[in-house]
Amino acid sequence: MTTIINVPHSLEDKSFELVLDQVAPLPLDEKIIVDTRHARWASPYGLTALLALAQSRAERPILYVPEAENVNSYWSRMDFFKHAAELYEIQGRVRTTKAAETSVLLEVTSISKSDDVHDVVDKIQQRAQDALVKNLNLDAKITMRFTMALSEVCQNIVEHAGRGGWVAVQTYTWRVRLGGRKVVVIAVCDPGIGFRQSLESAPGFQKRERWDDGQALEETVMRGASRFRDPGRGQGLAGVRKFVGTWDGKLSIRSGTARIAVLPKGDWDEDEPLVEDLSYFPGAQVQITIPERVA
Amino acid sequence: MINHIDVSSILRKSVCELYSNLVTRPTGAAVRCEIEQELDRIGDRALTVIDFSHVGLLDFSCADEIVAKLLLQYVSTDAPRREVYFVFRGISESHMDAIEAVLERHKLALVTQRADGESRLVGIIGVEERRAWEIISQLGAGISADVADATGVSRDVAERMLDTLWRRRLVIRYDNAYVAVGSATVGSESMRLDA
Repeated sequence: MTTIINVPHSLEDKSFELVLDQVAPLPLDEKIIVDTRHARWASPYGLTALLALAQSRAERPILYVPEAENVNSYWSRMDFFKHAAELYEIQGRVRTTKAAETSVLLEVTSISKSDDVHDVVDKIQQRAQDALVKNLNLDAKITMRFTMALSEVCQNIVEHAGRGGWVAVQTYTWRVRLGGRKVVVIAVCDPGIGFRQSLESAPGFQKRERWDDGQALEETVMRGASRFRDPGRGQGLAGVRKFVGTWDGKLSIRSGTARIAVLPKGDWDEDEPLVEDLSYFPGAQVQITIPERVA
Repeated sequence: MINHIDVSSILRKSVCELYSNLVTRPTGAAVRCEIEQELDRIGDRALTVIDFSHVGLLDFSCADEIVAKLLLQYVSTDAPRREVYFVFRGISESHMDAIEAVLERHKLALVTQRADGESRLVGIIGVEERRAWEIISQLGAGISADVADATGVSRDVAERMLDTLWRRRLVIRYDNAYVAVGSATVGSESMRLDA
């Protein structure tokens, strides 16, 4: 049996839930067709999550590529198809383009080992300064902190996921929210063991009366818990949390059936701090959003 | 002797010739191991400048591996590995973000020094101990009576504060006198600690 999974026109963190609602009930070895033909836009989260989705399946899925030329070309420029070809049976014409995408700070990039994090950091430093300071009017101090945050969320894959994942970084203009303000978005997605299973692997771990993905996210993100006994562990996400707070940004992390969010002080986002009972998806999917500074 | 360790050189030597950023825990662990080997070669009593001037990025994981774990080995109030003092140089604002976070996590303190020689105590330290360190730092060298006179505490209390600072390797003890760690690296590049 093969099931067609319809991908929404606009593919980002919230609308990706519609994809997961279709996929989660299916057996892992059931063949799926991920139909992106009608996609009009995808965020870094959407693209990295599509790759993680394919990794999570026991049977290699089929991908129907976007029909719109500009969307198809953009996904190419983001290196999405380069990686998708390893994970999906691609159906449809993939357009190649030589034009550089100026809004892309980091194309979709594979993260599976420590060296990959070094490469990502080296690559993004060259591009981040202009994008953050000139285009988003942010203080020059942000560049290093932004890269630190990126490094830490990428390391979560290497340290905890148990398998490889993906990162992408892009700036774009948010037309619906923020009154057309620009944002920079980091998306890091993996289909690994996720936060709950990671904490459960800690020596001497004992389950509480209530123990689920939401609790695991709260313990890790808000209280700095880690599966390691080393008291120095767990500082990375605390640092990321501080970073987004300083720059009125948003951090959201989805793992298993829950999503936790560190929300901005400003009123540009109306997300809930903790959303539970979502459709199950393995691993961890992280998104950091930093908005343009306005006078 | 005052020893100088260029962290960027250690990074390139121990991990990868092309790297200039201190990111990821394995990288931090490799750099710290190399620093420890350097320290093993320089004797039981030493003042060492740890220089971050040529390091681009320092993330939290690397700061924990390099700075916190190094200090935890050598700056323990119980049984320090040896009498090694550290001064941290070339610390940028973004380095400081990561360093302050790990110092807070482990309740540690260290001395940083700017290019103009000004030293600063950062991390977790009591108000009175900080004041005592500043007095000794301003004097260049001093004894418990100097701290007692400046702060109004008894000489016994002042001596205990200085002893705590010495155990945390924030001041150097010579017989009954103390030198603030940062002061000892100013204008004397060949100062011997084993005199």
